[in-house]
Amino acid sequence: MKALAKSAVAAVIRTEGEYAPENYLTAKLGVRAWLGTTDHKRIGLLYLWTILVFFAIAAVAAAMMRIELLTPAGDLVTSETYNKLFTTHGVLMVWFFLIPSIPAVLGNFVIPLMIGARDVAFPRLNLFSWYLFAGAGCFVLWCLLHGGVDTGWTFYTPYSSTYANSHVISMAAAIFIAGFSSIITGLNFIVTIHTMRAPGLTWFRLPLFIWSLYATSLIMVLATPVLAITLALMSVERLWGIGIFDPKLGGDPVLFQHLFWFYSHPAVYIMILPGMGVVSELITCFSRKRIFGYAWVACASMAIAVLGFLVWGHHMFVAGQSMYTSMVFSLLSFLVAVPSGVKVFNWTATLHKGSITFQTPMLYALGFIGLFTIGGLTGLFVAMLAVDVHLHDTYFVIAHFHYIMVGGMVMAFMGGLHYWWPKITGRLYPEVWGKLAATITFIGFNLTFFPQFLLGYLGMPRRYHAYPPEFQMLNVLSTAGASILAAGYILPLIYLLWSLRAGRMAGPNPWKATGLEWQTASPPPVNNFEKTPIVTTGPYSYDAQADASLHMASA
Amino acid sequence: MFLGLILVSLFFLAAVFFPLVWFGIKYRRGSKASRANPSEGSNVIEVGWTTLPTIIGIALFSWGAVGYYRTEAPPADSLQVNVVGKQWMWKLQHAEGKREINELHVPKGRAVQLTLTSQDVIHSFFVPAFRVKRDVIPGRYVSEWFKATRAGEYHIFCSQFCGTEHSQMIGRVVVMEPAAYQQWLVSGESNESAAQAGGRLFRERGCSGCHAINSSFHAPLLDGLYGKPVQLSGGETVAGDNQYIRDSILLPGKQITAGFENIMPSYSGNLNEEEVMQLIAYIKALGEQSPETATAHTPLKK
Repeated sequence: MKALAKSAVAAVIRTEGEYAPENYLTAKLGVRAWLGTTDHKRIGLLYLWTILVFFAIAAVAAAMMRIELLTPAGDLVTSETYNKLFTTHGVLMVWFFLIPSIPAVLGNFVIPLMIGARDVAFPRLNLFSWYLFAGAGCFVLWCLLHGGVDTGWTFYTPYSSTYANSHVISMAAAIFIAGFSSIITGLNFIVTIHTMRAPGLTWFRLPLFIWSLYATSLIMVLATPVLAITLALMSVERLWGIGIFDPKLGGDPVLFQHLFWFYSHPAVYIMILPGMGVVSELITCFSRKRIFGYAWVACASMAIAVLGFLVWGHHMFVAGQSMYTSMVFSLLSFLVAVPSGVKVFNWTATLHKGSITFQTPMLYALGFIGLFTIGGLTGLFVAMLAVDVHLHDTYFVIAHFHYIMVGGMVMAFMGGLHYWWPKITGRLYPEVWGKLAATITFIGFNLTFFPQFLLGYLGMPRRYHAYPPEFQMLNVLSTAGASILAAGYILPLIYLLWSLRAGRMAGPNPWKATGLEWQTASPPPVNNFEKTPIVTTGPYSYDAQADASLHMASA
Repeated sequence: MFLGLILVSLFFLAAVFFPLVWFGIKYRRGSKASRANPSEGSNVIEVGWTTLPTIIGIALFSWGAVGYYRTEAPPADSLQVNVVGKQWMWKLQHAEGKREINELHVPKGRAVQLTLTSQDVIHSFFVPAFRVKRDVIPGRYVSEWFKATRAGEYHIFCSQFCGTEHSQMIGRVVVMEPAAYQQWLVSGESNESAAQAGGRLFRERGCSGCHAINSSFHAPLLDGLYGKPVQLSGGETVAGDNQYIRDSILLPGKQITAGFENIMPSYSGNLNEEEVMQLIAYIKALGEQSPETATAHTPLKK
């Protein structure tokens, strides 16, 4: 953060006149100023550093699992350690990286800028939400240092409530607290989007990123309390033996799964809708086109948010719910795929007659479309009752949701980070390295996770520390791919940090993009805009024809 | 079914990838392609690509649901095997009495029905080669069945995470020629069938002290109970199935047969899951042996 602030100071000195004399990075320096800030832009950066720490821990856990799985026998770590590794990976990636990634980092930074506001509706609550998140993070670190948890991120009862001998309560407490952080952030965004739009910025002139974060916020506010209740009930049973889920105490273990997935399936959409929003911004900007079918894409976000609440039972086709219940959930799961499909078709159609360039953010966006499509289509396999009986709880499921979560959300996060990096820091990252990293990530990702579809089809169950030797070849392939993927993540870390010092000055609008966030200086001043912008047109007023003829003339 | 899904996926994948690459090349910046009259959307197209996937989705759903429905009920003549999952092993007993751990011998070409429960946490009985999987839940009986068509050995995996040695909770199904299976079934020392073992427990654990014609306690007779509807004191009727008998042994106060008092002590803690399953096999056999006498003793008064 200090390096960031210093480089921004340097920016002011070196390029006098072109930048606001004082921006949000240079306004007040020092640790106290940052930890007490109510500026949404600074809070976004606080989140960025926090989630990077958890991403790193979770990634190390994943790397150790992949190394362990190189050989069929469990020989690198003990079974107990292995179980703790995948639990750590799951819990941290879901609640401490993916869920806050785009909303709390990019959303915090960009939403007020995009709608022409000075800040979010409740700036102090916004800071409080980060403190809750950081507090939850402390519980996680405490738990990990004391030995970790071995229940899997799903905490299925009665294993978690009665049988597990690990630090279930402290991890549950961490998730419980992090949940409140996400509720408060969601609430803040909803109110901000309702009340703080610039004059003339009507609902159907909003950028699609705002629509998708609005849908995400609704899910956060409505679903997360159920998670809190579920974890609280599980803890009550574990601490005081009050029978809720354990049949020996008169409880019902499957009830836990209903409650858990009632949150956790909508949470999948918390983890993908923001990515879809980013991709809508990137595709339009780098093809110089208005989005194809704006209203359909916007409404698809809302449809996903609503339908996403009605499909939780598809996690339980073999878990003992009645056959007819399963059928209803299966049908609804096929329906929730439709709005996602509509989005993909509209992005593709947007490219038609565009003037397309393949800068780093666009490469990530195109990678998102490809991987998300594969992830979505394999979702049909597991939504189909008779097929899911075989694929459930195998590596097929692992591959499927990593195509959505990593191939989708992480690609979108990286794309968005590169796209808004010049706005956040005032500097450009090196484009060649960016393109290289995006390509490496795409290749490494596919090599890691495609073999897992095959493993799952052949019957390898998930969460296996040791496995029969016939699965070894595919596991070795997957591990090899993971090492390439790791390079794809480490590379941006290096050149983005480097760009803070040595990157070229970005100027207010390096992409010649149309959003309001590009109409102010980079980095933006503390109050975002010199004077409140007035909006007279819809978003994405790009002109591909003009852009194309301009570049043909110069070519 | 799997192949069908792959074809549908390839169709949509092509429908996205082909235009993506085509537009990417044709409309790259600097190309001479015409950009005149770009479209910003068309409701006709939108409705089209909303409806088509919806129809395909419903078709796929129906296909999968029919397949699922067909595999739900086992054939009537299935061989019966009881399975208890516990951390971290599978304990099995054939109706004929043979017991196994982490191994299941079955004959080729004959349907086999498993009745499964767990002694501790949730497990899942998964045989990839037979495409069967069922979560095994403590406190509940679930059922799954298959018919093996080729002799050989196949993996059994526990596919629901169940604790430290989860990946060691594995075993094998041995599919044998029917004659070899018959021979295997009678080999070994114990020839006591599951029902006979249940009958022994019925006497040893004192069940017969009350559930008998000449008993001084007013307890329902159990002949012919299995598979029949049972009238409860609350006025409702439940099926006299495995789950009902299990609950009546372990949680006797939960459902009281009409015309009787709640006087039975719980056997929870005194019987393990395998013993409860043997008792159920015995009670089931009671009905099969003497249907006429059994109905005569079934209490009907309210």
